[in-house]
Amino acid sequence: MIVPVVFFGLFFAYPVAAIVGRGLKADGVWRFGRIVDVLTEPDILHVLWFTTWQALASTALTLLIALPGAYVFARFDFPGKQLLRAVVTVPFVLPTVVVGTAFLALLGRGGMLDELWGVRLDTTVWAILLAHVFFNYAVVVRTVGGLWSQLDPRQEEAARVLGASRFAAWRKVTLPALGPAVAAAALMVFLFTFSSFGVVMILGGPTFSTLEVEIYRQTAQLLALDTAAVLTIVQFAAVSLILAVHAWTVRRRETALKLVDPARTSRRPRGAGQWGLLGFVLLTVLVLILVPLGVLVERSLSTSEGYGFGYFRALTSNEGGAFLVPPIEAIGNSLQYAAAATAIALAIGGLAAAALTRKAGRLVRGFDALLMLPLGVSAVTVGFGFLITLDKPPLDLRASWILVPLAQALVGVPFVVRTMLPVLRAVDGRLREAAAVLGASPWRVWREVDLPMVRRALLVAAGFAFAVSLGEFGATVFIARADNPTLPVAVATLLGRAGELNYGQAMALSTILMVVCAVSLLLLERVRTDRTGEF
Amino acid sequence: MNITFRRALGTVLCGALGASALAACGSDSGDKASGGDSKTVTLVSHSSFNVTPEVLKDFEKASGYKVKVLKSGDAGEAVNKAILSKGNPQGDVFFGVDNTLLSRALDNGLFTSYEAKGLDRIPEGVQLDKGEHRVTPIDTGDICVNYDKKYFADKKLAPPQSFDDLIKPEYKDMLVVENAATSSPGLGFLLGTAAKYGDDGWQEYWTKLKANGVKVIDGWEQAYNEEFSGSAGGKKAKADRPLVVSYASSPPVEVVYAKDKPKTAEDAPTGVATGTCFQQIEFAGLLSGAKNEKGGKALLDFLISKKFQDDMPLNMFVNPVAKDAQVPEVFTKFGAQATDLQTMDPKRIADNREKWLKSWQSLVVK
Repeated sequence: MIVPVVFFGLFFAYPVAAIVGRGLKADGVWRFGRIVDVLTEPDILHVLWFTTWQALASTALTLLIALPGAYVFARFDFPGKQLLRAVVTVPFVLPTVVVGTAFLALLGRGGMLDELWGVRLDTTVWAILLAHVFFNYAVVVRTVGGLWSQLDPRQEEAARVLGASRFAAWRKVTLPALGPAVAAAALMVFLFTFSSFGVVMILGGPTFSTLEVEIYRQTAQLLALDTAAVLTIVQFAAVSLILAVHAWTVRRRETALKLVDPARTSRRPRGAGQWGLLGFVLLTVLVLILVPLGVLVERSLSTSEGYGFGYFRALTSNEGGAFLVPPIEAIGNSLQYAAAATAIALAIGGLAAAALTRKAGRLVRGFDALLMLPLGVSAVTVGFGFLITLDKPPLDLRASWILVPLAQALVGVPFVVRTMLPVLRAVDGRLREAAAVLGASPWRVWREVDLPMVRRALLVAAGFAFAVSLGEFGATVFIARADNPTLPVAVATLLGRAGELNYGQAMALSTILMVVCAVSLLLLERVRTDRTGEF
Repeated sequence: MNITFRRALGTVLCGALGASALAACGSDSGDKASGGDSKTVTLVSHSSFNVTPEVLKDFEKASGYKVKVLKSGDAGEAVNKAILSKGNPQGDVFFGVDNTLLSRALDNGLFTSYEAKGLDRIPEGVQLDKGEHRVTPIDTGDICVNYDKKYFADKKLAPPQSFDDLIKPEYKDMLVVENAATSSPGLGFLLGTAAKYGDDGWQEYWTKLKANGVKVIDGWEQAYNEEFSGSAGGKKAKADRPLVVSYASSPPVEVVYAKDKPKTAEDAPTGVATGTCFQQIEFAGLLSGAKNEKGGKALLDFLISKKFQDDMPLNMFVNPVAKDAQVPEVFTKFGAQATDLQTMDPKRIADNREKWLKSWQSLVVK
């Protein structure tokens, strides 16, 4: 527990507090009057209102569309399931720049919808909502589906035998068990959409602005640190409130579950209803996820001489002059950062999750919520905080490569904790006690009892952390670094220059990023061991 | 791969050992992260900075310094970060503060005076800090409206040439501009209109522009690649707006990065409306509190040397400031000279920026 606390204190609480303090302190005097000033501005109120309602709408829409998907992935077996599971996670890690471009191509003028039905959504709030669903579909499928696939269907069957209707059995047996996972997923989606930055910036145009975009503008563009500090506090308060509510609901519903091997719970769909459901889910995945991704691939291949790999070839040369190195090297950089960030996030998150399962009490619950906070605090605030706090030896990390994975790990840790905690907590404590009575050391208990059960959750968590890091854009852009661009940064740089080759290369790199993500995630899907089936 | 593993492993160890060990984790392969040794000189810049590696190596050989380049976000962001870390800067020289942000940087005491060698080859007009030489001009780039040549040829309509043309009914619903609050070309265009029509006149001008169907997009990328019909990206996106606020150097860039290069200016896909330009000047300066002041001075001399000035245009698509620099042929052939170039005193920009942006937003965006 001590390591995660120190980590968060040093790389999160301290930098954020420092930058907020600098905004609210003038000549050594705290100016809390500014809070009232800022919060009474009509523009700011408008931003707050928009931020909240679009987040609520996005979350509802995501749950509505993704929960059937979670069920299908958990309970059915069908050809290509693993590939599809990796594919639906890809959007989650794409840089927002790329997603914005793809969605404009779909919803904008001359886009697919425009050509088919003359519908244009590019400057409406629908574009934002759809893009949010596109991004967060995987969050629901993986967090809810991950647990769902390990619930023993026989419990539900037992309830049916005892005379419960199909619906009642589901409501009384499965739903309470799933509750925490659904709540966790909904909370994550809400947090992400509440602090949405790139999507809103690109698709919202100048009319829609979220709190996060406003903080960015006030800090990075206007250097109005006081306004930014107030907004940061507001966002912080809102996020804390959400987390508190979430912690409360989870506590009310957590029970020890009997987990089984996911391979035993899924089977081929039977009957028209189930096939229909599967068809429906596949259709939503196709329309919502594959089509936008397909647009990118199409554009990366359509050169002026017809379709071909010209843009991909251009990536390996250094003639473009957009970088000191061929853009292709960005792939290596990205993978290195992502590996490092995953390692940090797993170490910190794993320790934190282990600490949280062992202990109870108010302090620990506070710590649980604390770990989630980085998700709701803007990358801008953290980045500027790093700049003014980590600037003295022995901690002058401002120009060090480690800073990027550190910042990415901050966002990754909550995923690791969220994914592992439900499973860890669901491990029956008596098993541990039995092992301890039989003379196992605490370390051995963890290794022999907990680890086999949580291995799958651990892999899912690693996948998430890796993917988040791979597509992470905010912190990477924000932290000054020598010329070793990551994939998202390289894409943004290429998009920021005129000319056909640059545009084509940006699309080609995005396609590569997609493939790299899909392959990494697919590998993680593969690395399952059968040890989980031993209990 | 090996390196990845070593790094990842090191990271796990660092993470596991906590803060006490971090001091040892911060540096990469033995070079001091703080840049404390006087053999390294660090240039802090925005993400558009670029130089041909050979040119940089020549400087390293000649001066004996190793150059490290740190890029930190877009121009505004980079300047603001430098201001925040004032007194304990991330490097020795900062490149990329333009005339719209110059006052903020100078007022915050970001730079130390240094008169670079070879300053006599640079026109007095762009030396905006002549008195103290806290900053040295490096390049200029004009923000102008670009037009889609094919569109206007097909329509048999003459493309607009001036600010006044843009509000004429024959150019209705054709122009895309960037949000002045979030994009530097957007701000440049707004300042251009303020310089042209004065403190009161520009609002009236924008009211007419809005009535003439101007479309506001947040960032340059989106405006240029998705909305402007003359760009390669826009053609793929079937964009339908033939006018966009961009740079005077954008047409040459379109040519350089076209698959089949046009031979003459007539065949180039885009052109510049020469009477709609606002001059942007980029400066570099020695950061106050630089750890390697001597190296920083040498680097500043290098930035205005003929070698660097010759190399710059095709790397950053800007115009060199040095009179003896060679402008590449593609610039002279496909670019255009602004006819009614608007400029503005940095102090006036600093005094009015907030106010203008506020009224611009309520006038145009809301």
